Parts: sequence; C-alpha cells; structure tokens
Amino acid sequence: MSDTAISVQNLGKKYVLLHQAQGGGKGYVALRDVVMELATVPFHKLTSAFKSPLSKPEMLPSGRSLQPSARSSTEEFWALKDVSFDVKRGDAVGIIGRNGAGKSTLLKLLSRITKPTRGRIEIDGRIASLLEVGTGFHPELTGSENIYLNGAILGMRRAEIKRKFDEIVAFAEVERFLDTPVKRYSSGMYMRLAFAVAAHLESNILVVDEVLAVGDAEFQKKCLSKMQNVSKNDGRTVLFVSHNLSAVRALCTSGILLEGGQIKKIGEVASVLDAYSSSVQATAQVVFPARTEIPTITRIAVDQEGLERGDLIVDIDYQLPFPIPMLIPGVAVSSPSGVPVFGSNPVFHKEGYTSPNTLNGTIRMSVLAPAIFSGTYKLSIWLSDFHKTYDVRLDAISFDFKPHQRPLNLPNLEVIGYLDPCATWRSIK
Amino acid sequence: MSLLIIDSEKSERHYWADIWHYRELFFFLAWRDILVRYKQTVIGILWAVIRPVLTMIVFTIIFGKFAKMPSEGVPYPILVFAAMLPWQFFASSLAESSNSLISNANMISKVYFPRLVMPFSSVVVSLVDFLISFVLLIVLMLFFGVPLTFKLFALIPLLVVAFLASFGASLWLAALNVEYRDFRYIVPFIVQFGLYVSPVGFSSTIVPEKWRMLYAMNPMVGVIDGFRWAVTGAEAQIFWPGFLVSLLVIVIMLSGGIWYFRKMERTFADVI
Repeated sequence: MSDTAISVQNLGKKYVLLHQAQGGGKGYVALRDVVMELATVPFHKLTSAFKSPLSKPEMLPSGRSLQPSARSSTEEFWALKDVSFDVKRGDAVGIIGRNGAGKSTLLKLLSRITKPTRGRIEIDGRIASLLEVGTGFHPELTGSENIYLNGAILGMRRAEIKRKFDEIVAFAEVERFLDTPVKRYSSGMYMRLAFAVAAHLESNILVVDEVLAVGDAEFQKKCLSKMQNVSKNDGRTVLFVSHNLSAVRALCTSGILLEGGQIKKIGEVASVLDAYSSSVQATAQVVFPARTEIPTITRIAVDQEGLERGDLIVDIDYQLPFPIPMLIPGVAVSSPSGVPVFGSNPVFHKEGYTSPNTLNGTIRMSVLAPAIFSGTYKLSIWLSDFHKTYDVRLDAISFDFKPHQRPLNLPNLEVIGYLDPCATWRSIK
Repeated sequence: MSLLIIDSEKSERHYWADIWHYRELFFFLAWRDILVRYKQTVIGILWAVIRPVLTMIVFTIIFGKFAKMPSEGVPYPILVFAAMLPWQFFASSLAESSNSLISNANMISKVYFPRLVMPFSSVVVSLVDFLISFVLLIVLMLFFGVPLTFKLFALIPLLVVAFLASFGASLWLAALNVEYRDFRYIVPFIVQFGLYVSPVGFSSTIVPEKWRMLYAMNPMVGVIDGFRWAVTGAEAQIFWPGFLVSLLVIVIMLSGGIWYFRKMERTFADVI
C-alpha cells in the first residue's frame, strides 16, 4: 500500500441553477416542459443559425440541453473549483470553512454519492462515510432490526454486524430497548445508536461530516473520544468536517480551509485554524446598522491607546427603540480558535454600574492589565436585560494584545493556556 | 489493494464489483420493506393472501359469469388465478420500484451504494408476494381437481422471464421518475391499462389473428400465456411467435433500462 491514502487532483463540481422568470413555481422538471422544448427545437435551430455562436445552450449535468427560454434562465454555480490535495495514510485531517464553502460537497464527492464535473480522485483503501447519523433508520423497525439495516446500508456484511452486535449495543447503551420500535426512542438514544453502528465500521478511511453538531455534551464527548481512538490507536485515516473548532484541534493533525469552493489554506491544523478565525476583522472598531424595533449594538470599539498601555477597554454603542430599565451588555474574550478566555457583564462585576436611561449611548468596559499572554484575541458582545438577549455579535472584532510587562519567551499557549497567572518562582531549599 | 479512481470523464469500472460487494443489501432492503408493511397491522401477513383471492373472486364473477369469456374447459378461477399471479408480480413491481428511489431520497443523498439495488429490491418484495400467492394457487388447483403435472416446472424459467420483465420496466420507471415526477401519476395508469390489455381476464385465443403480433409486444403476454399453459394442461396452447416477440421486447427493455439507469445514476443525488 502506498503512503498516500487519498489523492485529489483539480476537483471541480458545478451545479446549474435554474431561475424561474415568470409563471410556475415548480422546482421539478415536468415531462410537459421537455416535450415542449423538443417540439420547438427545430424552430430554435433555425433561428440559432442566424444567432452568434456565443448564445449556445447550457448543458445540464444529465447531458440534456436546456434552451434559455423566456420563462427561465440558467446560471452556473461552482461548489468546488480546482481543489487538489493529498492525504497521507494515518493522518487526521480537519476540513473547516464557513457554511457554503464546499465542505459537504467535497465529502459527497469522496463518498461517491455524486460525480465530479472535473478532476479526479484516487483512493487507496476502503472508505466509510458518515454524512448523517441514522441514515436508513426506519422508525417502524426495532433497535436491533435497525442495527442490521443501517449496518448493511453502510456496507457491513451480515456476519460482521452479528459479530459486532454486542459491542454496538454496549456503546449505545440501549440494551433494554432493543425490541422497541425506534420511533419511540428519545433523540439521545436514537443518535447514540446511529453513531454506534457507524463507529464500528471497518475501513481504512473514515469520512465524517458534522455529526457532532447534534447531540448533548455527553454524546459529543463520547463521539470525539471514539474518533480519537479510531484515528490514533487503529491508525486509520480520518477526514473530519466540523464547526466545532476545539474538536478539530483536539482530533486532527492537519487541516484544510475551504472558502468559496477553493482551498484557502492547507497544512498544520493550528495554522489552518488561525487562518480561519483571522478572517474575523482586526480593526479598531466595527459598526452595525441599527434595527428599528429591536435594541441593537451599533458600534464596538477597542481603545487602541488602551491596548498600547496593556489595558483592554471596549466601548459598546447601543440604540434602543424603547427604554430598558436594566440594560446589561456582556463581553466574552476568546482565543482565535474559539477557546473562551474570560468574560464579564455588569451583573457579576457590578461595582459602579448604573443602567443608562437614554435610548442611545455608549457603555464602556475596562479591564486594566488583564492577566493574559500576548496574542490575538476575539471579542463577542451581547446586549440584554434580565429576561432576554436582544442582540449578539459573536467574534465581532479582534485585537492584538501586548501585556504591560512583556515576557521574554512566549510560551506555547496551546499547552499553557491564555491566562497569565503572574506566578513567582523561588528555590526554597 | 487496488486503487479506487473517481473520475469526471470515465465511467466507473468497479461498479459491477460493487454490486457484488453490496449483494446483501438487495435482500436487506426487501426485508425492510416487507417487515414495515406488516408492522402494527392486525391481519398482517394474511393480507398477502386475501388480496389475490378477492381479486380472483371479482374477476371470476365479472368476466366468467357475466361477460362469459370462454375458458376452454378449465375452471375459470384457475385460469384467472394462473394469469393473475405473474401480472400482480409485474404490476406491483412497477408500482413499488417507480417510487423506490424517491422514497429513499435521504439514503441516496447521504450514502453510497450501487443505486441499482433499489429497484431490484422492490422487485424482490413483489416476488415474495408472488410466492405466497403461488402457494394459494396450488391449494386452488387441488380444490378444483386440476392435475399437478410436470409442466409446473416450466414455471421456473417463466418466473425468471417475468422477473427480468419486471426489473427492466422498473429500471426505466425508477430512473425516469427521479427526473420527471410526472411518472408517479403515469404508472398507476399504465398498470390499469395493462390489466385490460393483458390476458388476465380473458384468454389470448380470443385476440383476432391480425392483431396477434402487435398484441404480443406487451411483454407480459408471453409470460402469462406460458403460466396458463404450465398450470392448466394440454388444452391451452402457446403461440410461439408471439412468445418470442415478448421475449425480444423484454431483452430490449432490460438492456435499455440498465443503460439508461446507469447513465442517469450519476445525477440522482443532485436531482432527487
């Protein structure tokens, strides 16, 4: 077996969007439309002979030609364009990017669910895909019947499922409910069972798409540790798509950042994660439009002079459509990869705060000489009162922090953390 | 371990190896559909028996007693039942498979398996119904005193032909239905129409000579006639040229179906 498990070369996937101009809101093609097109083809051929070659018809993925008629127009959409990368055997690769970047499309292409428009993929080994938890589960069937069904759909042999049955049930912790129809399961049991089947797939390559996004904290912990097991102990190649950046950091060794269907960065997972989060603005202030009916955060500014001194001073401008007796803004500071570092609001740091009685104004949070190591951090801001949150801006702005006394050697923040304990060291014997 | 290559240009060479690899899935899906059908029902599996019996009774009364279709000396219920068996198999295959891809849309867009499995397993489900009804046929034959001859063994190749006919038609309909949802409404119509055009309620002998060849292009004509011949005895005859025409139609429909299905398969997940 070669060293490269997956090789992707110039991969591209194009979809054709059909825009309905007037009349008929159907998304499906009806036979009637096709017949109409066919009937008028001789007429079109005649007129197109007089037209320029630039107005040639668009080709749909099925090979059918759809003339842009007066009723609709077509547009090309490249979900993935010119994507190339190699994955080495035993690697755990995290694929990250914003929604719509092309992550799921890439996984679908790798899993052979859909065909590429351009390019080529070479896979050395057996690939098992988990794009959705509980695919093929039928609500009327019992837990044990669904284990067999789901296992078969994912590619396991009956003998294999039988062999692993007890392990799967033990992982899912549903022994008592094996004979109950799955429609009676709680959502937690359902997901545990679905993941348990998929987790016991035997394959060289495992492809997982955002399955940790659903489920409670317990479930996520279990899934993550199982996947770590699979990757580190069994030595399988894992491709992992997630928005949970700390999970990606914990599980993966390398990363691929997708943006707009193309690879923005590829390499060590830490650098890719930083590249992803540094797409958040690093400016002094950011402005938002006010909303008419709802209290809004209109501006967030980090005092640059304060930063120079080593203080974090954040100004929050607000605009209210109605007076709020107890206005509570909130601030959370996190690392570039999303690890929360500290936060505050005037409820638990209430010294000296009185709620403003104007509809427009600015509230300032000052943290003098915060005990954090130097680096880039992100701010998230909330605007609430005691009962509800009116506005939230997550990762709204980032700032570069240099503490007043700069340490000579910058520690590895991934090992040590972001808090600076200002400890003293002495030899006492 | 050989390299798996996914290419935008070439078609997959390993598709047929995959079908072998996923062979158990054929039966799992059929098993699922059958299980689900009878969950939470009271009469359950008995429905598989009641339906053909009721249809047979209705047909016997309407076509046998009122319309007085000739039955060549064989008890009319047997004549009808022997023809109804393959027809029910064909019709229910069409109905189930034309929807098989659509109703499993979430699997098609999330999991890889050779999509050929789906229409095939729908046909297998209909086959199970067929086998149950077949037992009923044997019971009826004993009841009416029709001798069980060795000709019954001819039913095995005839069943294979019926299977191929059903599978061929299923492939076309399943693939077409994904692209053009009209077919969901067209299929029941085809089935209804087909029931009257096929020799279920009547015997092929009443079809006038000049129409026989055209009539034989209905793929089920040959099969149904064959079934009647195998079940009833020396009275019924097979019209061999007609049978061969039916066979030819079936072969064309099947190979065309496989070609069309494979061609459209690459776009199923995008279009469904």
